[in-house]
Amino acid sequence: MSTETVEAIRTTVPVGAVYAPDSRLDWSEALVPGDVVLDERVAPNAPWSAVVRAGDVLTIVDVGGNQSADCLMFNADDTSERYSVPDTLTWQGNAYVREGTVLRSGLGRPLMTVVGNEIDRQDTIGGACSKESNTLRYGHHTAYQHGCRENFLAEASRHGLTSRDLVSNLNWFMNVPVEADGALGIVDGLSAPGRRVAIRADMDVLVIVSNCPQMNNPCNEFNPTPLRMIVTRNEDAVR
Amino acid sequence: MVGARDTASVLAARADARAQGSNVSDWMPCLPAATSPFVPDGVDPSALVWAETVAPGGYTHKVVARGTRLRLEDVTGDACAHVLVFNALEPWERLNVADTQKIPWQAYLGAGHPLLSGEGRVLATVVADTSAHHDAFCGTSSDEWNVVKYGDAAPQGPSPSGRALFTLAGVKHGLTPRDLPPSVSFFQGVRVEDDGALAWQGTAGPGTYVDLVAEMPLIVLVANVPHPLDPRTDYVVGPLRVHAWRSTPSGPSDEHHGASPERERAYLNTTDYLEARGL
Ligand SMILES: [Zn+2]
Repeated sequence: MSTETVEAIRTTVPVGAVYAPDSRLDWSEALVPGDVVLDERVAPNAPWSAVVRAGDVLTIVDVGGNQSADCLMFNADDTSERYSVPDTLTWQGNAYVREGTVLRSGLGRPLMTVVGNEIDRQDTIGGACSKESNTLRYGHHTAYQHGCRENFLAEASRHGLTSRDLVSNLNWFMNVPVEADGALGIVDGLSAPGRRVAIRADMDVLVIVSNCPQMNNPCNEFNPTPLRMIVTRNEDAVR
Repeated sequence: MVGARDTASVLAARADARAQGSNVSDWMPCLPAATSPFVPDGVDPSALVWAETVAPGGYTHKVVARGTRLRLEDVTGDACAHVLVFNALEPWERLNVADTQKIPWQAYLGAGHPLLSGEGRVLATVVADTSAHHDAFCGTSSDEWNVVKYGDAAPQGPSPSGRALFTLAGVKHGLTPRDLPPSVSFFQGVRVEDDGALAWQGTAGPGTYVDLVAEMPLIVLVANVPHPLDPRTDYVVGPLRVHAWRSTPSGPSDEHHGASPERERAYLNTTDYLEARGL
């Protein structure tokens, strides 16, 4: 066997995509007025979580544009109450999330409300990517890649939660149209660098976010970029 | 004596209780299943493992073997079968509605549609469907919803919520509210309009059925309650007829098995999992 035909065996971890060095980043600011009580940056491909207190507003900044921020929400005092896609859709009679959408739990109760939104619509149908579903969607050669479900499980486990606590989620800055014949899928996004969404906690809410590391579809323009998470408190706001 | 009934002594009460055993109701399980008065056409009665009519506002549940074919029949056109399925061996593997819609690139359930778990595997497949009026967006009703809409949601009341019934069905298999993901429903359709509005499609009429085949051992939970978007202000739901019989899981000879590369890999993952477990 000639040395030319033997591929070098890699001994380094195959890391996920890193955003292009010339990517335009806009870190923006909070979408609503108030005192900043938390301001954190989420690296590409990484998980994040925080408890957002009732009345506080979480601004999520799509720093690099069209970066899916996969999101789960739990009642911070009783995590068996958690975000429910179908309850959210049923109560508003619409499949898309927009300003004014009340994000409800499986008990039908408001967890958070979208109080500001700088893109046409947000997705809550497409669910999270995972190693497992990647094997169906793109082939078994992608099984080694990182996924949002990994991020959710890692972050959830820090709060004592397990895979039993994961349910269908919400995807900020992701675009999943449903066509007349029921065809649906993740297509090019509607967002841009610096675009924001603002969600007000209607109770104390544990928010878990996965900065989507997907490398095989346009949910992050094939260019995973950072997110900025800002929690603001406005003591004057009506509680 | 209570009215005409003599239940004053243990012996009398026992006789009174035993005299009831041969009564029938419109909604009851039929045991053994082979004695069902409604055996589906073409099914050998001796292959039946489940025969039951679920009451309006009622629920049922069972663990079924891989290869079991489950028929849900809407007798009156007013049934709405809300369904959850779990891997009976590892119940944290369960229906994932998002993957069930996303991976086949299709939001509407119909014949050939796989019900996928979050583990990249097929729990069950819709193998026959004479209704085509189903929904995977709205889930089932919560207590909060039914209290607003009907004034009550309790299982013992006139308008039980689907969530309350799933909770009861699940706990009988050791499952808790944490284990209940979003569900799908059959026989009352919803369609998504251009602007995302959820449009009521409703029933395909009486006498339709849906067949599911279990691709692995399953815990099946079924709640028969009105679809949350049913526009009728009264709590209207018809009886749901359930039959299941021994059949075969999906294989390469089934058209739906290779209907798309995503589905083919889903069945491949399922077989891989089962073979490693010795099933
Ligand atoms: Zn993802």
